[in-house]
Amino acid sequence: MTTQSHPTTPEPASPSNPGPTPSGPTPSPRRNLFTPDLLRDAWKASLTKLDPRRMAKSPVMFIVLVGAVLTAALTAGDLIAGRDWAYGAAISALLLLTVLFANFAEGLAEARGRAQAQGLRAARQDTPARLLRGDTETTVPSSDLRRGDLIILEAGDLIPGDGEITEGMASVDESAITGESAPVIREAGTDHSGVTGGTRVLSDRIVVRVTSQPGESFLDRMIALVEGASRQKTPNELALGILLVALTLIFLIVVATLPALASFAGVRVDTVTLVALLVCLIPTTIGGLLPAIGIAGMDRALQANVIARSGRAVEVAGDVDLLLLDKTGTITIGNRMATRFAPLTGVTETELARAAALSSLADPTPEGKSIVALARTLTELPARPDGAEFMEFSAQTRMSGVDYVDTLGGAQTVQIRKGAADRMARFAAGFSAGAAVDSAELDALVAGIARSGGTPLTVAEVRGGVARVLGVVALSDIVKPGMRERFEQLRRMGLRTVMITGDNPLTAEAIAREAGVDGFLAEATPEDKLQMIRDEQAAGRLVAMMGDGTNDAPALAQADVGLAMQSGTQAAKEAANMIDLDSDPTKLIEVVEIGKGLLMTRGALTTFSIANDVAKYFAILPALFAAQLPALATLNVMGLSSPRSAILSAVIFNALVIPALIPVALRGVRYSPGSADALLGRNLLIYGLGGVIVPFVGIKVIDLLLGGLGL
Amino acid sequence: MDILLTVLLTALLAAPLGLLIARLYAAPASRLTSGLLRLCGVNAALGMNWRQYSVALLGTNAVLAAAAYLVLVTQGALPLNPDHIGAMRWDTALHTAASFITNTNQQHYSGQSGLSYFSQLVAIVTLQFVTPAAGMAALFAVLRGLRGEVNVGNYYLDVTRALGALLPASLLLAVLLTSQGVPSTWSGAKSATLLQPQRVEGQLLTTQTIPVGPVAAMVAIKQLGTNGGGWYGPNSSTPLENPTPLSNLASMVSLILFPVSLVIASGVFLNRRRFSAALLGVMTVTSAALITGVVLAERQPNAALLGHAARGGNMEGKEVRLGTDATALWASLTTQTSNGSVSGMHDSLNPLGGLVPQLGMFLNDVYGGIGVGMINMLVFVILTVFIAGLMVGRTPELFGRKIEVREIKLASLLILLQPALVLGFTALTLAVPSLSGTSNPGFHGLSQVLYEYNSAYANNGSGFEGLGDNTPWWNVTCAAVLILARFLPILAPLAIAGLLATKKAAPETSGTLRVDTPVFAGMLLGVMVLLQLLNFAPALVLGPVAEQLSLTRAAATTPAASTAATTPATTPAAPTPAAVPTTHSAPLTGAAR
Repeated sequence: MTTQSHPTTPEPASPSNPGPTPSGPTPSPRRNLFTPDLLRDAWKASLTKLDPRRMAKSPVMFIVLVGAVLTAALTAGDLIAGRDWAYGAAISALLLLTVLFANFAEGLAEARGRAQAQGLRAARQDTPARLLRGDTETTVPSSDLRRGDLIILEAGDLIPGDGEITEGMASVDESAITGESAPVIREAGTDHSGVTGGTRVLSDRIVVRVTSQPGESFLDRMIALVEGASRQKTPNELALGILLVALTLIFLIVVATLPALASFAGVRVDTVTLVALLVCLIPTTIGGLLPAIGIAGMDRALQANVIARSGRAVEVAGDVDLLLLDKTGTITIGNRMATRFAPLTGVTETELARAAALSSLADPTPEGKSIVALARTLTELPARPDGAEFMEFSAQTRMSGVDYVDTLGGAQTVQIRKGAADRMARFAAGFSAGAAVDSAELDALVAGIARSGGTPLTVAEVRGGVARVLGVVALSDIVKPGMRERFEQLRRMGLRTVMITGDNPLTAEAIAREAGVDGFLAEATPEDKLQMIRDEQAAGRLVAMMGDGTNDAPALAQADVGLAMQSGTQAAKEAANMIDLDSDPTKLIEVVEIGKGLLMTRGALTTFSIANDVAKYFAILPALFAAQLPALATLNVMGLSSPRSAILSAVIFNALVIPALIPVALRGVRYSPGSADALLGRNLLIYGLGGVIVPFVGIKVIDLLLGGLGL
Repeated sequence: MDILLTVLLTALLAAPLGLLIARLYAAPASRLTSGLLRLCGVNAALGMNWRQYSVALLGTNAVLAAAAYLVLVTQGALPLNPDHIGAMRWDTALHTAASFITNTNQQHYSGQSGLSYFSQLVAIVTLQFVTPAAGMAALFAVLRGLRGEVNVGNYYLDVTRALGALLPASLLLAVLLTSQGVPSTWSGAKSATLLQPQRVEGQLLTTQTIPVGPVAAMVAIKQLGTNGGGWYGPNSSTPLENPTPLSNLASMVSLILFPVSLVIASGVFLNRRRFSAALLGVMTVTSAALITGVVLAERQPNAALLGHAARGGNMEGKEVRLGTDATALWASLTTQTSNGSVSGMHDSLNPLGGLVPQLGMFLNDVYGGIGVGMINMLVFVILTVFIAGLMVGRTPELFGRKIEVREIKLASLLILLQPALVLGFTALTLAVPSLSGTSNPGFHGLSQVLYEYNSAYANNGSGFEGLGDNTPWWNVTCAAVLILARFLPILAPLAIAGLLATKKAAPETSGTLRVDTPVFAGMLLGVMVLLQLLNFAPALVLGPVAEQLSLTRAAATTPAASTAATTPATTPAAPTPAAVPTTHSAPLTGAAR
């Protein structure tokens, strides 16, 4: 079990730190790629993967294995015939090592993914569960639970498996999964009815319908995906694989035709060296790391607490052109906050603030609290009046407020009400002695607030039978800090963001402008969302969206990347192709970055692998012919000490470059948001030009070392 | 000077011609064209998908090739044969038919003595017009696919359009060449009295028969249509095909005129001028490098003649009136485009000079044959996009359409085909010495064999010479290479374009890989050059590079004035043919060689 998933070590994916995962030359202390147990697992895997049937899945490395066997056979022949066999044995061993390194890379990626997933799964213990059949309740081991079973859970119970609440509501501690210590509310019939195995009920009693068979939960599926049994190559991986096979065949032709060409020119070439040349030329670096890169992509998703249904889902995320983001919780903090008191003429701001705050003292909602908090910044608030009667907002009255006796102001009965402007106007008008309401002024205030994206809340007061409207409290959505920059970044990456909200278009537009999104869908119904996704897809765009409600399910299924929140309903989770355990709405952005990083890693290492061949040719070709064609020694630009040393150096470099690049393959090439042109330029410089230069240096250094060792 | 003029004149002519061709293909069929096609039973308004287009292309080509073959094997009995030239041997006829149906014009016979007038006109010149037209048609079909059109056009209409561009241009060039003195007549051969009687093989000759004919017309389409097969064996080195500096300049410009203008036409047709500018940039940089390479190489003296000949560049196998630079330029241009006409002997180029035509043919897309050069370049674009696209963090797409398994399969087939055929047959031929018939052992012989298959694969047709290549082995294998290397590289990209056309195009954003930037062009160049070098480096090292290095070594270890320069200078014990410099006895025969 690794520490990554432990609750005490929050993942970088937690909402408080949604930034891209940092990586670079210095490995971040959070993640250790090479813990001893992982290494042990990986080594074991590298040996078991030598099974030819498994090797055949990776044609490039299969050729290397065949080469190793062939050179071993030739070496054995030399040994029996009493010829010099050390060189052949060395080449054969190095080729085997190359295969082992490649298998090791894949094994390490798998081991990490497994450790990651098991860390999550370890939270699930086999506990007794209270199974409900009809009205009778029996206690069974949780491993006996089947899909559709109903179980009863009470405060303190560990939830035995993924499920959906069918009855009741409860607060649940999900820290084992998300690392977030604050409990969350889960309630039947809402968009937050999903519960996860391994989390704990903190309060109340709920009935949960189990939604997964044992061993078939999302986590189990993820583990299977990572482990390779059910891992399928993604379309892009397949296409790249074909190109690599084509390159391998080309070099096979080049090497196979070489003896005929050489012998016509009067040169006899050594078969062992030819095999060495072949292995150096074929794209072993990318061929060896390709599976690891794919698995690592899913690992990284898992580290971000996102469970991907398939590798393809992660890959597609890199291609997304359009993000549909819910306003609430994603773009804005989630609740409206009071931002301004706007009194009518003749009322002071303090007066309005005081009245608004008094009426909200008992209001537990974030909106109410924010009114009190804002009022405190203006004036000292009186204590809660004795005998005050608070009335909650209801659909009938469409207002809330307080009735109390103002002992300071001559024991007058005071009624304070807040609500929509029209309701308040009617309320005030209900008192015959009411002062005239300047409806024009009120309307102007209300409209002004609405235009700027706020929600106007009108406050009225009846004091001693005299009613008057005091003014308006502006409640506004607060855009999360940093979102504007985030969207700017996404735009540079070529992604458009569309904000989805139930607000009216006026409010929506104001928030959209403030947040800097590219578009918005106001008064959005689930049908609207679905239609929008279809329209965008018809225009060739790939759409990603996040959702949690049952009515999001069609849209989630339609979207190219559908990310459901773990807290969401079962329907949403079934429809999505990824699930976010943190239920963090900004996770979508991170998923896109993971997808892009995965594709970039593939491209960069392919480029590197092919670019390497230049130096290998310069090392091996002169060595191959120089003994018999001294003129070709001119081509030995690296000044390698001897033909054998040159070939050994190239083969050693070729083998070592695989483990050397494992960190790149597993962490992924860093994706820094920017235009495609800038990315291409940078990656070409590092992996293209670097790929040409590095092996020249590497092979020379190995050659010097071999010389120093007297080999 | 020649180089500068050629480049300037090409640049001047290619742009308007490119615009014209693009307009020709964008416009609906004229009444005349559709009328003509209706006479042949073709409805010009009917579009085709890529499969139908491929079938039409293959079908018409198969019929034409079969007809050409029949004409060649029966020419002895056919009219227009005043010199009573006999029927062609089956294998030579097979190779010749394959060679001309593929726009290659590789010749294993000598034109003026191997073909009757009827064969020249019906089998050869017809194909010299039709095959570049087919290439151009295929290019526009591919471009339509890339534009997202499932209906890639009407093959017959496209070929007619191409002829509409090629015929007037050829007419103009033919008139120009005639004005310079290239024969343009229907009369028989001329007889001339020699000023100085010559003794040849013991016989005293006082007169010479000079074959003439409608030479200018053929030379025009030979040059303009990336054909290369001339009227006379010595091709454009003979004054009868290329008499004056002006004719030489005009010929060189026409080598690359259509290939260059098709790049421009593609940009206009796709409405992506920056893209075609990027491709043109890549091609021009490569072209300039190749020209520089061969010109510099040929300015070096011939190692074999050191101390025997006048100082200066390598004049072996070159016309004195053309000199090294113009001949080198021609050698480079004719192998960049898949033309293959020659104004000098490629076999006699210095080793590194001879490397350049080989490189040009390996690349085969700078600027390449008519239509097919641009198609080849597009395949490299697809391969580059595939890798570059990944590096910007998206699954690769060209013009918004995703490049997936099927497209990559087809592209992979193409990059595999070249080494398989060229290296495979080279190795096979070299392994059985009785097959090769090379005039040289060792490095140079290797270069000769490699060149022949390389030229066949590139549908170039120029020859390194010195091969006894009119044998069943050479004829049959070259015919196979010719046909596979012509039609697969047309059909596979057409299929790719057809597949891409059915996909939805994603709108381009700042996150999309742009294919019209210098960075992309640089990567394209890198992928193109790297792939070819990786394929052929060992063969080239064992051929021209080893030859050059051995010569340098030999020259360094032997006093320059000594006659020993022509003897092997490597370790006497080693049985290597290493340092035998190029002294070639093969006469300058065979056009398009």
